[in-house]
Amino acid sequence: MIQHIVRMSCVVVVSCYTLLGQVDAATRTIELPPETAQLKPSPLAGYSIAREKCGICHSLDYVLYQPPQMSQAQWTAEVQKMQRNYGAPLDAEEIRLLGIYLAVVYGDASSVSASDRQVNP
Amino acid sequence: MGARSDRVSGSVTPGARATRRRFLQGLGLLGAAGAPFGSFAAALNTIDTGDGVTLAAGPRQLVRYPGKRPLIRVTTRPPHLETPFGVFNEGPITANDAFFVRYHLANIPLSIDTDTYRLAVKGLVKSPLSLSLQDLKALADPVEVVAVNQCSGNSRGFSSPRVFGAQLANGAMGNARWLGVPLHKVLEKAGVIPGAQQVTFNGLDTPVLPTTPDFRKALELEHAMSPEPLLAWSMNGEDIPHLNGYPLKLVVPGYFGTYWVKHIAEIEVIDHTFAGQDAFFMTTAYRLPDNACNCVAPGTVPEKTRPIATLPVRSFLTSVRNGDVLKAGVDTELKGIAFDGGAGIKSVDVSLDGGRSWRAATLGKNLGRFSFREWRLPTRFERRGTAVLQVRASNQKGEVQPERADWNPAGYRRHVIESTTVTIS
Repeated sequence: MIQHIVRMSCVVVVSCYTLLGQVDAATRTIELPPETAQLKPSPLAGYSIAREKCGICHSLDYVLYQPPQMSQAQWTAEVQKMQRNYGAPLDAEEIRLLGIYLAVVYGDASSVSASDRQVNP
Repeated sequence: MGARSDRVSGSVTPGARATRRRFLQGLGLLGAAGAPFGSFAAALNTIDTGDGVTLAAGPRQLVRYPGKRPLIRVTTRPPHLETPFGVFNEGPITANDAFFVRYHLANIPLSIDTDTYRLAVKGLVKSPLSLSLQDLKALADPVEVVAVNQCSGNSRGFSSPRVFGAQLANGAMGNARWLGVPLHKVLEKAGVIPGAQQVTFNGLDTPVLPTTPDFRKALELEHAMSPEPLLAWSMNGEDIPHLNGYPLKLVVPGYFGTYWVKHIAEIEVIDHTFAGQDAFFMTTAYRLPDNACNCVAPGTVPEKTRPIATLPVRSFLTSVRNGDVLKAGVDTELKGIAFDGGAGIKSVDVSLDGGRSWRAATLGKNLGRFSFREWRLPTRFERRGTAVLQVRASNQKGEVQPERADWNPAGYRRHVIESTTVTIS
């Protein structure tokens, strides 16, 4: 992450001008810094689903930078929102498993029942 | 800020780079230790990337993007960057390289050719238009306005109980001098047909999946035809920064940033209230409880909602931060900013005793009713110990900031009286 900050210092806005040097023929291109955020590994089934699905539309810091201590019900509702409002390709079982993983690893693990926390039920 | 920016910019030798990396890692550790507040020196180095906002796996980091000094990373893709709060003490105008960045959809335009760039005006109009930037600049006399662009979710990280979404501190706002052509001039050129009800706006950013709604916004026709909204190509005397919407941005003075569509490429006049999948950011997101306070009991769901609209009156102390140590018996000047949705700031009061007594601050130069208004208060702390400083603004309509924060499910529109706790020694 820190290396990327430094590396980004080399990225500049590029302006391309015509041979005549007129400023009206300009293409401006930018380059964005690379993504570095990773999900915390877990033996829970939701971890591999999260790795496969969450990053389709957004970087994984969307997960990391949510409030701490959100419950299983809250995380599950948030994942449900990704499917219902933003059209994320998730079925009901995937949503359930994601809610468990996210609450255990990033939220209030005590809100998740012992049976839901079972890796191999 | 310049000196701070230099720490992570410019070409550096490998040795210097390693030193800087260690320096920045040290800052990261400082944040990880959970010490967002500290001495002035600590604040200078960490730039409050936490600011009291706790995260599932924080802290947030400073990161450098094209055209920007190091800003606080909210998310990487799509880019979402917050302005370090110290910037707001630099003056009433927010520098372009410090201005916050917020996108919703990950396919953002990375390359823009102004030779081929066109603004389409279509729908219920007599003559649909396809305007180049040159056409637009020649269409009417340019107009300038100084206006605050504040994110609806600015300060969401302080919402209690907490809510999902970008966990912003207070830096998702900025004030700039915008230059452009009034929107109504463009609509008049196209000729709005009777029966029109709303005008919709679409930028060049698109969703990753076809099942995800596009980011489009709508204004009522009456608002679109009013003098205020601008199609702006200039920000503080320069081209609008790429990440703020180059080459053309809809500027809606007094309204939350969600309406300030970036890279605007399409305007459509419609005869109904905007609906359908691509109206999601009007019909489902960016809505407030439809009642007098725009609020509900914490944790509950509103019966009815309406699209978020204008900025409530708000103020900040910028010269002093939480945790600062100030000297007793020394003349001290407190300084800050106030703004509202366009009525204009009437007064700013400051309390040095946690709200028991209030003193009127002196307002700075008036840059227009949509702008940040600076305020100053010379003072002298006599008693040692902890002091809670508060700042409260009122506007020309008589609206005053509330003492207690209200709550809504999305954590929008925070405008409570701010408190800053300091030590007098």
